[in-house]
Amino acid sequence: MTTDLARRLVTGAMGVLLALLAVLLSSPGAHAQEGDPAPAEVAVFGVLEDSEHGPVEGAEIEALLGEEPVGTATSDADGQWRIVLPGPGTYRVRIDPSTLPEDVTLRDPDRSELPNVRVLEGRDKRVNFALGERVVRSGADSPRPPSGNRVVTRLWTGLVVGMVIALSSIGLSLVFGTTKLVNFAHGEMVTFGALVTWYFSSGTVGPGWSVIVAGVVGVALGGVFGAVQDRALWRPLLDRRTDLISMMIVSIGLAMLMRYTYTVLFGNSVRPLREYAAQAPWQWGPLVLRPKQLVVLLLGVGVVALYALVLQRTRLGTAIRAVSDNRDLAESSGIDVRRVVTIVWVAGSALAALGGISYATLYGVEWDIGFRLLLPIFAAVVLGGIGTAYGPLVGGLAIGLVSELSTLWVPAEFKFAWALFGLILLLLVRPQGLLGRPERIG
Amino acid sequence: MDLAQVLTDGLRAATGVPAIAYALAVIGLNVHFGYTGLFNIGQIGFLAAGAYGAGISANLWGWPFWAAIVAGVVCAVILGLLLGLPALRLRAEYLAIVTISASEIIRITVRSTSVESVTGGPSGIGRWASSFYRINPIPEGDYGFLGIAIDQRKAWVMLVGWSLVALAVLVTWLLVRSPWGRVLRSIRDDEDAARSLGKNVYVFKVQSLVYGGVLGALAGLLIAIDANYTTPGEYQTVFTFYMYVALILGGIGRILGPVVGAMLFWFLLQASDTLLRQLITDDSLLGGVIEQRDIGSVRLAFVGLGLMLLVIFRPQGLLGGRAPGKAR
Repeated sequence: MTTDLARRLVTGAMGVLLALLAVLLSSPGAHAQEGDPAPAEVAVFGVLEDSEHGPVEGAEIEALLGEEPVGTATSDADGQWRIVLPGPGTYRVRIDPSTLPEDVTLRDPDRSELPNVRVLEGRDKRVNFALGERVVRSGADSPRPPSGNRVVTRLWTGLVVGMVIALSSIGLSLVFGTTKLVNFAHGEMVTFGALVTWYFSSGTVGPGWSVIVAGVVGVALGGVFGAVQDRALWRPLLDRRTDLISMMIVSIGLAMLMRYTYTVLFGNSVRPLREYAAQAPWQWGPLVLRPKQLVVLLLGVGVVALYALVLQRTRLGTAIRAVSDNRDLAESSGIDVRRVVTIVWVAGSALAALGGISYATLYGVEWDIGFRLLLPIFAAVVLGGIGTAYGPLVGGLAIGLVSELSTLWVPAEFKFAWALFGLILLLLVRPQGLLGRPERIG
Repeated sequence: MDLAQVLTDGLRAATGVPAIAYALAVIGLNVHFGYTGLFNIGQIGFLAAGAYGAGISANLWGWPFWAAIVAGVVCAVILGLLLGLPALRLRAEYLAIVTISASEIIRITVRSTSVESVTGGPSGIGRWASSFYRINPIPEGDYGFLGIAIDQRKAWVMLVGWSLVALAVLVTWLLVRSPWGRVLRSIRDDEDAARSLGKNVYVFKVQSLVYGGVLGALAGLLIAIDANYTTPGEYQTVFTFYMYVALILGGIGRILGPVVGAMLFWFLLQASDTLLRQLITDDSLLGGVIEQRDIGSVRLAFVGLGLMLLVIFRPQGLLGGRAPGKAR
């Protein structure tokens, strides 16, 4: 029994690692193989965005090594620019202020040249030129009463962020519902989607697909990864009747393994996706929005509708709800619980990947975005009622709205702290969550 | 490759201040998790409460050093009571989420620039513990053992630290074999049975949480005193996970488990660091495979892998202890 389990776990773990490596090994964060003749190129890049006017097109940027120019670039319609460099080193990067549009100025006129831009091997370096007036963070210094416009904008951002959290949360809740596992590695599944999408669309050695194609691949690979995790790790552990706390600790270990593998492969900088990184905002009455936010929200609504349809109208959905309700009863009434659990893993991981990709289009990709989203995701799941099917949606939107609206009155740093605080308060009065059924504990 | 260097570095880490602090914090965690069955994954919040409680009262209000230490401990007691309110009436998974959330709320709050005048914001609180070194009785000079050199300043911190660990082990040992400790263990093994015997389970859980939290606060105080500085970056949620690695390594529910586990954890972490650094400079071995700047991440990835393998294949720890939980 134990040796069989050991064999399955070892092969499974290797499978997971190989899958990760296969996807990410040749990213620029990875290191050239021995004897590899072509070192990965490095570049400096950035997005020129004026705090008032949005992306700035046509500005000229130059990189110099000592006094010698090594490359120039002109910012495109999205404000993005990129200069490929001869190799790692310390460069001077400067912007030509005369090429800026008339109504756009450097925030600090002395900072048109950045004298010490250190570029490390294998990692592109982001360089920022601040344009326009500094936007005072809402309430950072003097809390002001919300004006109509800001309320609408915060409400909108809250909806979008809430949808991202909701998408990312469904998998965690479904997995808990069907297996009772509280999966601390769920955040890393969110990061996984974002990293895969970044690699296939924006990585310097990737195939350079469009973000949409790469995103579809990211969701699919996320699902595959979920299946591998279920088969290789969690199913054997469940078969061994491992207790809940041990499984939680295993998931904590898995989360660390994945997260730090990401850092080694990807580096620890924030990288934008190649497309949609900066978009000119649209103005609809009092609401200022970016098209990508609208896409994320509509996509979320569509996916959630599909999810609800599957859950309510199909045999599979009935089976998932039955297993969540009472695993033993479901099993004895002929439902193939293992199959249902695998499907839940695939769907939940794919949705988590989609959440990560949505987040990446909004805020860029980083190795720990999933870990930073993990507590808001937990809060959403617990708020909605852990293990329930629709709880994560309610919880996610609530967390998104609470955290964004809180920035109207308190500094934005506290955004998620409020969500977590609200979670603790809710547990005092309604421990089963908003949609959960009360259950006698102890 | 210089194996002597690897061993010396490992040994220095295993006896140094981080290991001492982890030993204290993990003794507390052992009371929570090993003896009472409380799955607290926000222990780092108690370290923060201790360090910031003392730092703020010394720096902002000018309290003397010893009063500041007491303030730090009191902060941990308050945190334990506050956490006990919602957390202890809940199932294990909720307790876990509440404790980790609370520790993150503390970190976000002390890091915030809006309270910079109180907590120092991102840059933290400096030099509030200088009087600790003024009362250093150890004469100036270089000391050392087993090839590890320390100065009188470090020797003083380590002396106090290890004395605290010894005291904490003794007190915990007395407590867990007292009738009070028996009730804790009965709660861990069967909460309903303990309740049906007329024990107020809730009160015992709060007491356990507060006692273990105070040990955590002492750990936080020791780290802050050693650096004579405290910054929010030291209180990331992930550090509680390292403490669980140490706890499981040493054996859950064993009285000396946390001390052994903390020393082992730091020995392995530092020895593997030195070893990796030697291997990557050596062209014949890992040269070019791992880069210098990735060593930290590679190590931590292995910590994660190690935690998984330990819980799956050797849940009782290296030296034998309890497995993390009851069978389902």
